[in-house]
Amino acid sequence: MDATLKQVNEALSAPAISAWQRHENARISIVSVLAFLAFWEAMVQFGLVNPLFTSSPSRIATAGYELFAGGTIYGDLRASGVEFFAGYGLAIATGVPLGVLMGWYGRVNAVLDPFVSALYATPRIALLPLVMIWFGIGLMSKVAIVFLGAVFPILVNTITGVRTIDADFIKVARSFGSSDRQLFLKVALPSSVPLLLAGLRLGLGHGLIGIVVGEMFGATEGLGFLISVAGARFQTDKVMVGIIIIAVAGMTMTAILRAIERRFERWRPSDRG
Amino acid sequence: MTALRPVKLEIRGVSLERYNERTRQRLAVLDRIDLQVCEGELVSIVGPSGCGKTSLLNAIDGLIRVTAGDILVDGQPVDRPGPDRAMVFQNDCLFPWRTVAANVAYGLELQGKLTRREMRERAGALVELVGLAGFAEHYPNELSGGMRQRVNIARALAMEPELLLLDEPFAALDAQTREFMQFELKKILVRASSTALFVTHQIGEAVFLSDRVAVFSARPARIKETIDIDLPQARTLDLKHQAPFIELERRVWRLIEQEAQTAGMMTVA
Repeated sequence: MDATLKQVNEALSAPAISAWQRHENARISIVSVLAFLAFWEAMVQFGLVNPLFTSSPSRIATAGYELFAGGTIYGDLRASGVEFFAGYGLAIATGVPLGVLMGWYGRVNAVLDPFVSALYATPRIALLPLVMIWFGIGLMSKVAIVFLGAVFPILVNTITGVRTIDADFIKVARSFGSSDRQLFLKVALPSSVPLLLAGLRLGLGHGLIGIVVGEMFGATEGLGFLISVAGARFQTDKVMVGIIIIAVAGMTMTAILRAIERRFERWRPSDRG
Repeated sequence: MTALRPVKLEIRGVSLERYNERTRQRLAVLDRIDLQVCEGELVSIVGPSGCGKTSLLNAIDGLIRVTAGDILVDGQPVDRPGPDRAMVFQNDCLFPWRTVAANVAYGLELQGKLTRREMRERAGALVELVGLAGFAEHYPNELSGGMRQRVNIARALAMEPELLLLDEPFAALDAQTREFMQFELKKILVRASSTALFVTHQIGEAVFLSDRVAVFSARPARIKETIDIDLPQARTLDLKHQAPFIELERRVWRLIEQEAQTAGMMTVA
């Protein structure tokens, strides 16, 4: 048995692969992106496509520089940022506790499930006109639409996470004399964390959709508004700047959540075996 | 000799019936089981697969109720799980979000009788007892199957149970690890002077670990025979290759063979 212990020790401490190897895929990705940008730029430079439709990396860079240097974009960034984080934060603050309640108490679930299921199945964009009627075209309507987009994935994942406890864990808990409260605190909550985090990540994507569509539908500032106005004026470069900012923001936030998820990966019951 | 020691577990005329919702049939699982386990004794139950060994263990742990008969631990009837009994589960069932030490301390946390520090000390001592010193802060998914079963055993021992119930704890291990774990378990149980009931379908394992082996019949399970294992307490794996051990193993195997034949699991050539 000591031999086994030693093997495990070695397996745990040995660096699996060198840093250079580990980053091989990242290097390939960077080259592929650079190649794409070069191809795009060349097509425009050689007059093969019309930059009015396709823009080009250099034009986008110029437009981006002008937007930031001119200072006009900061208001849009702030508006979108505030709307997004308020809506998303509200979605977490509501979705997680409500999900825990619905997952744990069958009665609470029975009361709320029809509404949650119906709203979850409805594309939230369809609610946009209603939201505009209720909240106007200011900040609040966008907060509401981000909230509506993000809250359901978070809620549904939390419910599933709390409710689906591994039958083996319930058996262990019962055998060790666990009370219902202890089952909830020491088993149901921790075992729901991986699903909950996945819900947060899904909610993030839905929230971003909400903000862009919301601002396009009716707003006076924000990135979605900027894209929509620039699009109406055929300012393709500016449209692209807006898209890129949103894409980068989305990727960054998703990456952060993925990193957190990886930290909790070992919590997954499926790792057993 | 064993008769002089107080009886720890008394099973009297225990029968168990299961109702199958789908087929709407009653299935007799256990049929009037009588069994006694004395203090400090290790008794194994062997029998054909699916004969109800695990059901009996679950009933003793208080996880399920029997249809008839009594289960007494220290003279007290069992009707729910209690701190006087602890189960070592077949799948290790460790909580993946808890470290080894925290898994071992789980039962103590539920009880809430010890301070945090006492729990940590007790868990630390048990982690060492099962040979996992240095792994206290590891997570289960960083351990091998054998190491996880050690944690599973330590978690049960941490409760300092009057009666330890082991449900085929080595079933998922490879043959070699299994042999080592049998040796380790015997050592641990002797050191902790535990009273234990061990369920397995492996005959060598039962003989090696036990003071007595109870052979179950095919379902509905009855005790076909109980065999005393008069081997020295200090057992090494080498014992398995010696004549007295092999003879005992053969006796148990014959009983099981008969059962398997009557149950139609085996056809005679």
